[in-house]
Amino acid sequence: MNPNFALGSRNSSNDAGLFLPKKGSTVDNATLSLFSSKNSRPRSPRFSRPNAKVGMNPKLCIVRNNVPKVVVGMSGGVDSSVAAALLKEGGYDVAGVTLRLWHAGDDRGRPGGCCSMDDIADARRVCHHLGIRHYVLDFGSRFEETVVADFVREYLRGHTPNPCIVCNQFIKFGLLMEKAQAMGFDLMATGHYARIEKRGETSVLAKAKDALKDQSYVLYRLTSGQLERLIFPLGEYTKAEVRDIARRLALPAAEKPESQEICFVPDDYASFLRAYLPDFDRKVRPGAIVDVNGAIVGKHKGLAFYTIGQRKGLGLSSPEPLYVIALDPAKNEVVVGGKEKVYSSKMPVETLSWAEGKTPELPLKCMVKIRRMHKEASALISPAGAGVLVEFDKPQMAITAGQSAVFYENNHVLGGGIISDKHTGKA
Amino acid sequence: MNKKSIYLDYNATTPLRAEPLDAMRPYLSDVFGNASSMHVFGQQARKGLEDARQAVARCVNAQKPGEIIFTGCGTESDNMAIKSVARANKARGNHIITSSIEHHAVLATCEYMRSEGFQVTVLPVDSSGRVSPLEVKRNIQPSTILVSIMHANNEVGVIQPVAEIGKIIAGENDSRAAAGRGQVLFHTDAVQTAGKIPIDVQAMGVDLLSLSAHKFYGPKGVGALYIKRGTVIEPLLHGGHHEANLRAGTENVAGIVGMAAALELAVAEQQAEQARLLALRQKLENGIMSSIPSVYVNGHSLERLAGTLSVSFEFIEGESLLLSLDLKGIAASTGSACASGTSEPSHVLSAMGVPPECAQGALRFSLGRGTTEKDIDYVLETLPPVVDRLRRMSPLWKQNPV
Repeated sequence: MNPNFALGSRNSSNDAGLFLPKKGSTVDNATLSLFSSKNSRPRSPRFSRPNAKVGMNPKLCIVRNNVPKVVVGMSGGVDSSVAAALLKEGGYDVAGVTLRLWHAGDDRGRPGGCCSMDDIADARRVCHHLGIRHYVLDFGSRFEETVVADFVREYLRGHTPNPCIVCNQFIKFGLLMEKAQAMGFDLMATGHYARIEKRGETSVLAKAKDALKDQSYVLYRLTSGQLERLIFPLGEYTKAEVRDIARRLALPAAEKPESQEICFVPDDYASFLRAYLPDFDRKVRPGAIVDVNGAIVGKHKGLAFYTIGQRKGLGLSSPEPLYVIALDPAKNEVVVGGKEKVYSSKMPVETLSWAEGKTPELPLKCMVKIRRMHKEASALISPAGAGVLVEFDKPQMAITAGQSAVFYENNHVLGGGIISDKHTGKA
Repeated sequence: MNKKSIYLDYNATTPLRAEPLDAMRPYLSDVFGNASSMHVFGQQARKGLEDARQAVARCVNAQKPGEIIFTGCGTESDNMAIKSVARANKARGNHIITSSIEHHAVLATCEYMRSEGFQVTVLPVDSSGRVSPLEVKRNIQPSTILVSIMHANNEVGVIQPVAEIGKIIAGENDSRAAAGRGQVLFHTDAVQTAGKIPIDVQAMGVDLLSLSAHKFYGPKGVGALYIKRGTVIEPLLHGGHHEANLRAGTENVAGIVGMAAALELAVAEQQAEQARLLALRQKLENGIMSSIPSVYVNGHSLERLAGTLSVSFEFIEGESLLLSLDLKGIAASTGSACASGTSEPSHVLSAMGVPPECAQGALRFSLGRGTTEKDIDYVLETLPPVVDRLRRMSPLWKQNPV
């Protein structure tokens, strides 16, 4: 006699069609009881459905002896919730996992952000709703050691980091993926908007259908080896469609607002740094604002408060608007210049990651994106030391050290790296 | 989902048995009166409540039914035993002795009492997980008012020498009585032992003993605290005159009736069931030890609850193993369910001197009424390849292949 885990079926009369926007489609809501042994045999995968947008990777369409086990990284938000729902509908054996990354308001009195207990509870509620298992893994210390430490280090160096990229590399698609494999999952999925496509024998990362939501930029460090074991169910959907699916399935997260940009930073990064670093005042010191000739034109509050391209909040009076064009940690100086000085056409890029695991033939002409909201621009990439030199056809605004440059060819990610401050071609 | 679902986490909780459920049923509907009401509805409920009190008192060999008060859970019983005794006896001393392997319900409560000005001595355990009665003796000071040592540990199942400690405390109290000084009170958390090994509050020499119904196939949300007559204690919850003015709040009569029925049944079947579980656990233990290298059993080899097996698998994380097994339909635990969701190694294993890398790889199987030999066979068949796979992925294993 085993204890009965069945929560009982939900009687929701929601007959949502997952893939077809109209009623009368396929979701069997009577089978949403959790862990029930009666209906535990998964329905056969529907990969052959022409509109089953989930099984994008043809490898996954092979029906094995067992239905592929996939773990979905769930944040409690609408995207990952729908990703899990789509996979379940697609016939996968799905479980959800939520990471505890940052314990806001814990005994260290850290500044708060996402990944809170509320988000974990939301993710759990979605899993219960879908009738799938849910696990919570505590990666708090590793997150702090890698992502938060890098974030702090970069700001103190006068760089502008992108912690999501570091988190994706080391936590979500690093630790979690290892853990998922250790747990016996065949595949991992997330609610990112990106596509995985086959190019010959290798899997490559491609932009999502929803150009506005496309997240391939923050995923550029994924290798083809990782992509083989990943699914991005939302790559073929627009955000609006995802919300519709969530509403039709009455997912608890359906109306949840978009999450913030940096999960552990509640307001602005500067107040985060101030709250997080016990010796903030020693590490972030006021200094001089200088012009391109080195003449002092004002005072700054500390390099960490400024980013390249910034115009507001400099407290300068000048006939022409002045922009931050460089941050010099050695001299603790903020360098300002006119609008034309914010533009440059050359940048060194280091710490490269190439989609196919090795450097392609260089020089290479492709499109390059230099921050999340940047519209990628045509450039020539040529070898330079341990990294590459990127030369844009037209000067780009606010090339910022610490941000990632991602190289695209026909919507495919070729690779990318981190913009260095060795010299940003401003001379 | 796998078809198989094997539950080996009975130390976390147990399913409600049919008999207590039947006993509870009338009190969930027809016999709904408030046990404190004077009318016939109240009296009917009161009868169920007092019968249950008698039954629980009998099961632990209390002298009077009035020595049992019902609470909301084992944690509440522990909190009351410590806070309410410490506060009520503060005038004559501020020292509490406990052990490093207690459940958080005791440890965290003792820690909290420091904020009220109490001093707390946390006794170590030996590598087998036992508190030494001599250590208790050595640490009793004139200011000591309370000793709280659990009956058996939830993570490793090690049974503590409670009766011996009881004798030491009785000896101390004899000399205190001769000198006209107040007594050292002795509390034991018997949440893991009720229905598994005999409990005799008089033979154990305890003044307070905590119970929780859902650990012995009773309902969740009910606990009890044995309080020896004459013990100076104050209420934890204030309000009405329920439970001899010690625990305000309308009694959960159905739950209490279920608790008593479950405990009586468990005690009646105790010997036969524990013998059955011991055989199954030995099969599991021997099977694991013989098929998987670099495995260690945590806890005393003999003084251990029949159904509990804590094993450390070197070079892997218990959490990964737990989750892998869950996917294969085997539900175990890495320690206390109350402490899960954190990646800290178990305080119990740490206290036993288990090195952190082994404590991380610990898994607890706890067997119970539903466990069959087939279940154990399935675990023994499933576990080795899972451990092997995890080890092959572990960088530590690659450095130390066996």
